[in-house]
Amino acid sequence: MQNDCGCNCNKTEDKRYAELKAYIDSVKDSQGITMTVLQEAQRIFGYLPLEVQKFISENIGVPIAELYGIATFYSQFAITPKGKHHIGICLGTACYVRGAQKVMDKVVEELNIGVGETTQDGLFTIDATRCLGCCGLAPVMMIDDDVYGKLDNVDVIPAILEKYRG
Amino acid sequence: MNGINELNQLKAKAVKDFEVTDGYRVVVGMATCGISAGAKPVLEKLREETAAKGLSNIQIVPTGCIGMCIYEPIVEVFEPGKDKVTYIHMDPDRVSKVVSEHLEKGKPVVEYTIGEGEGDKLRNLDDVQFYKKQKRVVLQNCGLIDPENIDDYIAIDGYQALAKAVTQMTPQEVIDLMKASGLRGRGGAGFSTGMKWSFAAANEADQKYIICNADEGDPGAFMDRSVLEGDPHSVLEAMAIGGYAIGATKGFIYVRAEYPVAVHRLKIAIEQAKEKGFLGKNIFGSNFDFDIEIRLGAGAFVCGEETALIASIEGKRGMSRNKPPFPANKGLWGKPTIINNVETLANVPKIILNGPEWFRSMGTEKSPGTKVFALGGKINNTGLVEVPMGITLREVIYDIGEDCLNGKAFKAVQTGGPSGGCITRENLDTPIDFDNLVAIGSMMGSGGMIVMDEDNCMVDIARFFLDFTVDESCGKCTPCREGTKRMLEILDKITAGNGTLEDLDILEELAENIKNTSLCALGQTAPNPVLSTIKHFRDEYVAHVVDKRCPASVCKALLSYFITDACTGCTRCVRVCPTKAITGTVKQRHVIDQDKCIKCGACMDACTFKAIIRK
Ligand SMILES: Cc1cc2nc3c(=O)[nH]c(=O)nc-3n(C[C@H](O)[C@H](O)[C@H](O)COP(=O)(O)O)c2cc1C
Ligand code: FES
Repeated sequence: MQNDCGCNCNKTEDKRYAELKAYIDSVKDSQGITMTVLQEAQRIFGYLPLEVQKFISENIGVPIAELYGIATFYSQFAITPKGKHHIGICLGTACYVRGAQKVMDKVVEELNIGVGETTQDGLFTIDATRCLGCCGLAPVMMIDDDVYGKLDNVDVIPAILEKYRG
Repeated sequence: MNGINELNQLKAKAVKDFEVTDGYRVVVGMATCGISAGAKPVLEKLREETAAKGLSNIQIVPTGCIGMCIYEPIVEVFEPGKDKVTYIHMDPDRVSKVVSEHLEKGKPVVEYTIGEGEGDKLRNLDDVQFYKKQKRVVLQNCGLIDPENIDDYIAIDGYQALAKAVTQMTPQEVIDLMKASGLRGRGGAGFSTGMKWSFAAANEADQKYIICNADEGDPGAFMDRSVLEGDPHSVLEAMAIGGYAIGATKGFIYVRAEYPVAVHRLKIAIEQAKEKGFLGKNIFGSNFDFDIEIRLGAGAFVCGEETALIASIEGKRGMSRNKPPFPANKGLWGKPTIINNVETLANVPKIILNGPEWFRSMGTEKSPGTKVFALGGKINNTGLVEVPMGITLREVIYDIGEDCLNGKAFKAVQTGGPSGGCITRENLDTPIDFDNLVAIGSMMGSGGMIVMDEDNCMVDIARFFLDFTVDESCGKCTPCREGTKRMLEILDKITAGNGTLEDLDILEELAENIKNTSLCALGQTAPNPVLSTIKHFRDEYVAHVVDKRCPASVCKALLSYFITDACTGCTRCVRVCPTKAITGTVKQRHVIDQDKCIKCGACMDACTFKAIIRK
């Protein structure tokens, strides 16, 4: 199991590595699998710590420098752990022109962290997202899978966040 | 699948299921927009209630985007021989009533419908102003069929075009037909699809590829997602047709990872198509083999650019490279590759079936067909609009969009996303097509159309787009990596109230250099939003740099707080002001010392009498 410190000092006992290994074996013969393996690893582990990158590197024969290059190029990959709840504030154009920045400012103020950061208690991570596809509800914020639209009045935000603190 | 006869048998059976002859067909809009507005509980409730009441002659169908986001969740009831009834803003309670009144007793629940029409006719979505000037070709099946059921697609002529191409036409004939149709790429550049296919077809190679570009990077556009969520088979069918035409046996769909619903439906569609033999070996009994694989993006706008997309599929950092060689000559793993946009592909089966003349009967001479726009921003009717090319911007904004929100004055409309520009009132009568939009300083792009009103600051909008491109530049070439960053710094300086007139000249000079020297179209077009706002709204820039004023009251640093006559002297603001900038006696109007004010807004939040304004 994963230790509290977040590192996997004992990875042979961590089932997640076996799951990742099984995935790698299933795609090993296809071309261009680096991205798909990283994506699967991120799904399994939630992020891509160095240990995991090393493990992938050993198993698919791609240098770790290259993996790191890919992991940091694409915004979907995270190399630090994310909070329990993911807050995505839409900064798509439609939301932006309808005041998404105010939503962002309010959430940032409430949680006292910056965009892309995680609260100390590990509860929330704030991210700016692109169009979530519900422009009709602009400005829009997503917490995990829940969509909150028409946030013209940002005063409702503290109450929304509170729901996830319970 | 051996031949067209077998398909026709399948079709005959599917049509029977698809067309309700007695009872009702109830569709629920279940694209991302519908789901986020709460369509899932609505669908569940519908299933529960009809089952509980033992109503058997009812088909409940989850479908793609019906189109009008502001009315979601939408439920439409089809009944043989009658106009459909559109229910809007549905929730589980409303569902109960619709089931017991309409589906059980045959009496539509008028108060939940989109409104009463003339006489005793119930209005449905088709009667709404929003749809009157639209022409649904690409989106025809979205909101009609169940995207997770291949039989629905087969019932409405699905895979007939592939059958026709493979069994009755040579690859060259397919290409000639595409050329004759005049279809131009909907991914942004507007290049002739038939021409592009002919380049790849002319190359001899042991392996060729066709890629569907579903990266949809424009931060304000979502038509490709709607097609994938609502009508995924049309894209698969088109890719197979393209594969046949150019001699490719393998296709990839590169979808952005932010589209989980689309990915899910594509996976189902591919499975079903394989099962039925529309994908795989010896399609329709011919010697044509074709397979499709999905690859997920990982959140990089530049990966919409073809060479970067190819690098990404190859498993590398998504960085673009110089062209030539063009992908049609040297693409994925060095093999000839065709990349087409989702919307482009969705047109293909219809063109094969209905012929090039049909396609040319819509739109303009040089840009035939329709275009889907994601209409959004400060407009009453937001949603996806599909219109024939050649329609004017005015018609889209005023007739379809029905004017700006809250009666505010229209200021500009932005097309082409971060690569495009803004269009002002003077040019609203321009007929929309690829070339006209470029001529008035913007571009078609992928079809984002964002309306801005008097409350939007154009300097801030330019800053918004530039911030996006700085973030998304792949970093390979210097003009794009460093140049856009410098431009952003200048815009930051201007919106913070520290700009000078000279900065505007520097901005323009930098912009020209970046346009001329960047490696790929990301950098080549990145300065467009800045250039076009400077061109059309120079006075706003001047107000920021000379008067230190933001006319639209958006740029925070340039705003001041004032206390109006509504002040009752409750002193609440005095207590929250961190810099002690507010003074006054109890029960009398207070004042803010502008020199001390740090514009934190605390007083405005604290005031319960709305006596503090910002301008
Ligand atoms: C920075 C950049 C982003 C792009 N993003 C997309 C995109 O998200 N979707 C798309 O179809 N085309 C996108 N394109 C255009 C593609 O490079 C390519 O021209 C297009 O997919 C070709 O398909 P079409 O001929 O069917 O339009 C982008 C281009 C650039 C330069
Ligand atoms: S721009 Fe925010 S949902 Fe579309």
